[in-house]
Amino acid sequence: MSELVLNPTVAHGAHETAHHDHHEQGFVSKYIFSMDHKTISKQFLITGIVWAIIGGLFSVFFRLQLGYPESTFPWLEDILGRWAEGGRIKQEFYYALVTMHGTVLVFFVLTAGLSGTFSNLLIPLQIGARDMASPMLNMLSYWFFFGASIVMISSLFIQTGPFSGGWTAYPPLSAVGDMSPGSKLGVDLWITAMALFVVSSLLGSLNYIATILNMRTKGMSMTRLPLTIWAFFFTAVLGVLSFPVLFSGFILLLFDRNLGTSFYLSEIYVQSTQTALPNEGGSAILYQHLFWFLGHPEVYIILLPAMGMASEIMSTNARKPIFGYMAMVGSMFAIAILAFLVWAHHMFVTGLNPFLGAFFVLLTLLIAVPSAIKVFNWLTTIWRGNIRFTPAMLFALGFVSLFISGGLTGIFLGNSALDIHLHDTYFVIAHFHIVMGVASFFGMFAGVYHWFPKMFGRFMNNTLGYIHFWGTLICAYVIFWPMHYEGLAGMPRRYYDYSQWQSFKQFGELNELITIAAIISFLLQLVFVFNFFYSIFKGRKMLVQNPWESNTLEWTTPINAGHGNWPGEIPEVHRWAYDYGKDGVDFIPQTEPVGKDESTHH
Amino acid sequence: MNIWLLLLVVAMVLLVIFQIAKASEYVSVLKGEKKAREQSNRVNAFLMLAFMVLGLIGAYWCNEKLAPQTLFAQGSASAEGEAIDTMMLITIAVTGVVFVITQILLFWFSFKYQEKEGRKAFYFPHNNKLEMIWTIVPAITLTILVVFGLRHWFLITGDAPKESMLVEITGQQFGWTYRYPGTDGVLGKKNYKLIDATNNNSLGQDWSDKANHDDVSPSVMYLVKGKPVKIVIGSKDVIHNVGLPHFRLKMDAVPGIPTTLWFTPTITTEEMRTKTGNPDFEYEIVCDQLCGASHYAMRGVIKVVSQEEFDVEMAKLKPLYFAANPDKDPSNQAAPVAAADSSKPATAAVVTTVAKPKI
Repeated sequence: MSELVLNPTVAHGAHETAHHDHHEQGFVSKYIFSMDHKTISKQFLITGIVWAIIGGLFSVFFRLQLGYPESTFPWLEDILGRWAEGGRIKQEFYYALVTMHGTVLVFFVLTAGLSGTFSNLLIPLQIGARDMASPMLNMLSYWFFFGASIVMISSLFIQTGPFSGGWTAYPPLSAVGDMSPGSKLGVDLWITAMALFVVSSLLGSLNYIATILNMRTKGMSMTRLPLTIWAFFFTAVLGVLSFPVLFSGFILLLFDRNLGTSFYLSEIYVQSTQTALPNEGGSAILYQHLFWFLGHPEVYIILLPAMGMASEIMSTNARKPIFGYMAMVGSMFAIAILAFLVWAHHMFVTGLNPFLGAFFVLLTLLIAVPSAIKVFNWLTTIWRGNIRFTPAMLFALGFVSLFISGGLTGIFLGNSALDIHLHDTYFVIAHFHIVMGVASFFGMFAGVYHWFPKMFGRFMNNTLGYIHFWGTLICAYVIFWPMHYEGLAGMPRRYYDYSQWQSFKQFGELNELITIAAIISFLLQLVFVFNFFYSIFKGRKMLVQNPWESNTLEWTTPINAGHGNWPGEIPEVHRWAYDYGKDGVDFIPQTEPVGKDESTHH
Repeated sequence: MNIWLLLLVVAMVLLVIFQIAKASEYVSVLKGEKKAREQSNRVNAFLMLAFMVLGLIGAYWCNEKLAPQTLFAQGSASAEGEAIDTMMLITIAVTGVVFVITQILLFWFSFKYQEKEGRKAFYFPHNNKLEMIWTIVPAITLTILVVFGLRHWFLITGDAPKESMLVEITGQQFGWTYRYPGTDGVLGKKNYKLIDATNNNSLGQDWSDKANHDDVSPSVMYLVKGKPVKIVIGSKDVIHNVGLPHFRLKMDAVPGIPTTLWFTPTITTEEMRTKTGNPDFEYEIVCDQLCGASHYAMRGVIKVVSQEEFDVEMAKLKPLYFAANPDKDPSNQAAPVAAADSSKPATAAVVTTVAKPKI
């Protein structure tokens, strides 16, 4: 992939000064199989960006089908070949696009690209460590991810096409090859890629946990950690506890597919071959339990890092301490615990025992409480602040707006009686795209704009950043807000064409509008991508160590820090990360000893 | 439209944007960082406010335009669904209030507390009282919503009333089969290994079970207005879902694990046609679980009719048993001449509405 080509040049531009203070490293060990957490984070980020472009482009393709079901686009055939014969995407390929869009965005972009990038970058820098607990495992974590990417990409080019059974891969559709062309080799490759991905994720998460618990600098007690680190910590814990369950679920699926076991299969008659399969006694629902036992924590694996970064960025740019630090940590802790106890709310209409369902309703709506605490705390953080609208700050504020909008619709879906009507409709699409998709993207963008100078020693272009923010915010609402209404009309998701349905064909024009907004939104992301790569080489140079006048430790390292982060001693920490505006002083870095006359807060 | 021309235009627009961005960066470097920040702060703070106002107007306008197109405009077609609609409205009201307040606070604070020369941020790290308030108030509100929700949930998922009629629906790629128990009121036994499409036994009915001998299968699902119906749901291949948006219900069809749902239809198809002003209105059965390439075309139809019409329709149907075993059909035995009229028994065969995918 382009990774191999891009990354060396990227790091080269940014690390001109690095080899002066360090022994010479070979090209390969420095840029490719690097063990420096900063380089690995850039590898994750750039791979994530490449995946985001691919995943986003897939959504443009299937939005074209949804917006213009009657039209043909001859150029699609030029790109997609036989999958879009005559300029119209084939049904099987439409479902493959939907499946890949989901898998890629959820796992490869918003898990690896988000927490892979920023956990790697910020954990050592913000806790005051020279690198991760195990740089070697950290490197392997990236390369397993890279391997997963290669396998996933390769599945796009096989004869029977990529997997097309939805990112949740429910059996029997995903287990029996005769059910659909996409259920043949495509699934095996998909499972292999996902298994490699799980390995990558576990190596990363174990490393993050070990580093945060053991390698904090002198004075950095857990309650002095910036909220970003707490967020990465809970994210890693969630990953370690839930990904193995997904892994086991996938392995059983692989057995069912290739070894004739019946974990998920029972009483199946294959129409196309007119045969009854011998499998009896399995349960297709078992897979859903295993899947959603990861699947729901996964939502918070995606969201928590965005929350942490938004908190940090909002506090810095509002020049005010984050409001209710302990409540913020406590609510993240509550979310992390509850994340494990709500998975069956994805299964309210599977015939789940209603009594059991009642507990999942209760626990699901309970999550709204810590979420509400976070929202009100963010609002109070900007209240009476002195806000600087950097692009990062705008994205952090946009994150809060989207988190409110998408979070509130969760109250509908978590309440099983309402969920029955809304389940698997566009309401669900609107809900999770806003709260988990776009909101997390906003957190990620905020992080990129904010820490870009730390990564590359240069700034991204502000004007392009503002255009990117306002355009994306408007598009996000134009795309997803009206979808709630489609969902209230019962319009099901994952349909290729609605025109023959009496109940849903009235939304033709609306679907067209959504498609146009999606295309504009995609182009705006290209503005960001351009800004990112252009600024690596040509961006405005960072001249001061601490451009945002921030308290946290990463800004005490030199511009373009080498491997090891601090040239001399690792600084000692004397206070929490949020002394902004204390006693009339604009900001007091964590390294500053507590003064004699200072008032006592933390 | 020429795609290359379009791409060229897009590229040109992006280039112009880039040039402007580049120029503005030079200008801001010349002006000094502080000056530049002041200016961008003013612009963005104003945009925050503008976005809030236009966004709220937009949300209102969107509601005016789209709310009549949702199912709530026509009301629920089942007795149980009416309670769901009420609950939906209450939830919309509660979340709507929270939405408007929090979004206004977010964007208003952003505008109001933009960086100003001489303003000092207020050092306010925590306040136990405030934090207690916004823990307890949401908790109480949610408890109320949960209590209402669970009441309806247990009603819907509870046992069907004793006087309910019984219908079986079976999903397969990509259509539905409906089976009625016939005069004995009992659905005969099935075994998926007995499925035999060539011999008119697409459900795998066990003919040694007498209860099977009077089971019938119409091409649409007939239900009776005002009479509760219990639907037994199954699948022959992958997971499907019986989605009944007009009745506010849905339930998965899982191979190997039968599921059920029940409700009471309250409006006939004809009445709904008048009510909606759409002469083509149908209660559609929507497959809501991705089941393969033609998932989007897996459509079934429910006709809600009066008891008399229902009885007429049922009387027209020939039991599936005779379609699979023509030699047992009394009409065949009475008149062996019917051999010439071989198309006749086919009407009694299982009718599966299989989707015809568009290519």
